[in-house]
Formats: sequence, C-alpha cells, structure tokens
Amino acid sequence: MSGSSGRLAAAGETVACPDCDLLQHIPTLPPGAKARCPRCGHVLATRPSDPIDLPLALTATAVVVLIVANTMPLMAISAVGRHASTTILGGAYEMWMTGEQITAMIVAFCAVFAPGLYLLFMLAVLTAVRWPPAPHWVGEVLRWGLHMQPWSMYEVMLLGILVALIKIAELAMVDPGIGMYAVGVLVILFPAIAVSFDPREVWRRIEWVEDEVSAGHGGGDAIRTGVMR
Amino acid sequence: MTTATALTAARAGLVSCETCRLLSRPAHPEHAGHCPRCGAALEFRVVHSIQYTWALVIAAAICYIPANMLPVLTTTTFGSAESDTIMGGVVFLYTSGSWPLALIVLVASVMVPLGKLVALVYLLIVVQRGSVGDMRQRTRLYRMVEFIGRWSMLDVFVDTFTVALIQLQPLMSVEPGPGVLFFAAVVVLTMLAAESFDPRLIWDAGTGVERAHG
Repeated sequence: MSGSSGRLAAAGETVACPDCDLLQHIPTLPPGAKARCPRCGHVLATRPSDPIDLPLALTATAVVVLIVANTMPLMAISAVGRHASTTILGGAYEMWMTGEQITAMIVAFCAVFAPGLYLLFMLAVLTAVRWPPAPHWVGEVLRWGLHMQPWSMYEVMLLGILVALIKIAELAMVDPGIGMYAVGVLVILFPAIAVSFDPREVWRRIEWVEDEVSAGHGGGDAIRTGVMR
Repeated sequence: MTTATALTAARAGLVSCETCRLLSRPAHPEHAGHCPRCGAALEFRVVHSIQYTWALVIAAAICYIPANMLPVLTTTTFGSAESDTIMGGVVFLYTSGSWPLALIVLVASVMVPLGKLVALVYLLIVVQRGSVGDMRQRTRLYRMVEFIGRWSMLDVFVDTFTVALIQLQPLMSVEPGPGVLFFAAVVVLTMLAAESFDPRLIWDAGTGVERAHG
C-alpha cells in the first residue's frame, strides 16, 4: 500500500453504487476480498493482493503475445495442391477488398485496435502509477483504456476462427497456425489482467485535478464539491 | 431494505463520478460541475439515457431484418454461385454433422441479438412507466445484456475468416454478402444501446428522484 493511499484505505470509503446509486461505506478489505452492494449485488470493490505490479507484468506479456497473434498466420488451408493462409488483419483486408469496407473496419477494430489500445493504455497507466502521485492525465488514459474493454473481442474471435476452421475442414485440409495459439493465450491473459487490477487503487495514486491542499483533501473523509469550469 | 427508504446518492444530494466513482457534492443544483479528482463532467444520471437508448434500439431493430434476410456469404464453385443467410449457415453446420457448432451460432447470431433487443425494450418501458417490480432481477437482466452483447459478433468473425481463407480461384471462392454489414451494425448498435442505458433509472422508480435527471 502506498503512502498516498493510506488515508482512504484505512478509513474505508463512502461510495454510491454505479448500478443502483445506493450510498454505502466500503470497509477496508482483506486481500482477496470483494465488497458487493447489498441492494443490487454489484461488485463495488475488490482487493487483489498485488494490484499494480502483477497486472503490469501480465499486460507486458499480453503485448508480446498480441504482436505474435497479429504477425503469425492464424491458419492455413490446402486443397488440390493449392495453399492459402491468413492473419487477423489479412482477414479484415480480404473483407475490405471484397467490398465490405465498413465491416472490415469493425472487424479490425474489435480484433486488433481495441485490444491493442487497451493493452497500451493499461501499460502506460500501470507504469505511471508505480511512482505516485501520477499526473492527472493518467486518469484520462485509464478512462480510454476502460472504454476499449468491451470492444476488444479476442475471445469471440477465437470461437469465430474455430467455427470457420471446422466449416472449412469439410472442404479442405486446415492447419491451425501459431497465431491461433497466441489468440488462445490472450483469452487467458485478458481476464487475468482485469481480475488482478484494482481501479480504486490506481485512482488513489493519481493526482487530483483540483488542488488538493486548498480543497482540504488532506483532512478526513470529507465529501468535496464539484468544480465549475 | 425497501426502495422507498433507501438512501441513494441522488436523495442525499450527492453525485457519483462516472469515471472514477468519487462521490462529490454538486457545484450547483442544475450543473453538477466537474469531478474534483479526475475532471470528468458530473451528472446525476447518464444524460438523455432513455432517448439515446430508444434511438439505438430502434435502429438496431431495423437493421436486424436485412441482417437475417440478406445473404452473408456467397460461395462460387466452378462458376456456380450459392448464397447463404445467417440461418442458412446454421443449417449448413447442422446438416454437415456439427450440431453443437450449429447451436452455438444459432444462439450467438439469432437468439442473443433478439433477446437483447427484447430485454432493452422491456427495461426502457418499465423505467418510463416508473414500475416498482423486482428491481434486483431487472438489474441482473441489464448486466446479462451487457455481458453477452459482444458474443453476437461471432458470425462476423466466422464470415471474415471463411472469406479470407477460401480464395482458391478459379476452383472456389467465397465473398461476403450485404447481410454481414447489417449484422455487424446490429451488434454495434445494441452494444452502444446497452452502454447508454443507465441502470440506476431502474431503482429511481418510487424513490422521489424525478426522471428529470434521466
């Protein structure tokens, strides 16, 4: 636990449930524990044992695996002496060339850009908060990273590749490539990052937009007033 | 804990930041201002949540029809072309003996998008009528819609990789049909609809927090 996180972590924290708006106090959680909203069941807080370095290591690993997944062939087929293979972006490119440009962009976004940006943003945030207090633009980067999360569909893509593989196996010999195994590893790494990561701990390590001293951030669990701009 | 007596942030006159979850006092009763910690604009409820969600749900419902009627794949074998819709693809998988895959594609491509649309329309109607039914169950329904949404993209990926691999001209080639675009549009629009819906509106019924904020 870092110095800047001491006050809030020790005193607990008053929050409103994002799903039902119920006001409640989150107590200090023992490592590995979860706090749920008593009214709607939303998981309000978790306390991973190593909320910064473990997700950072997993994210750095995932970046390497993502590069492998995107550069190596996903699968190759051979039929009557002819061979063809494809990568993830190769699939999107073929969609583009056959006249489905918008679909190609959606595929490229969900399969490559959203997961890639998510990992890069998380890498930047987790690295920056290792030396608190991190500048407040780190919060902006975190927000963009979390926006990318629902759109990175590596696991849906893996199932899609498998279905396509079985469909095509009716017609030709299909060989799964290294790229596909790399996508399989990402399916394990992405949830592992999400589970080991604690956004509350990250926010505690980011500098406030409003000047902390003048607003009395140092004193107690006082609720502050919104800033007019 | 009954809904009418539960102390919510809105009842206490507090606002929770959508980005960093910090609880603050609004700067002004109408304009809550910006979060003192992360600087994001503060709102009691997602702005125009109901209107945006309705618009996206209606757009998705319109796209759902061509998504299912138009072909998603056209297979050309030795000069003769054959087109398949989403259901055609499911039937192909079923008749070729892989019924578990047929079931997965049927659930992900046909039932999930339809179920999402029905669930979102149901949630919008109960919120607009101020219904005070089983709110916990409704919140669970919303979370399910959020969670399963991405899986509908399955068929788009299947079509993409089928097209990318089967390019064995002049023997056989596969091209995407116009249905793919509408299908991908349904998935994107329903995901955006789920994102714009504010689940706190489910709980606001009967608490005296007026939907002026929604």
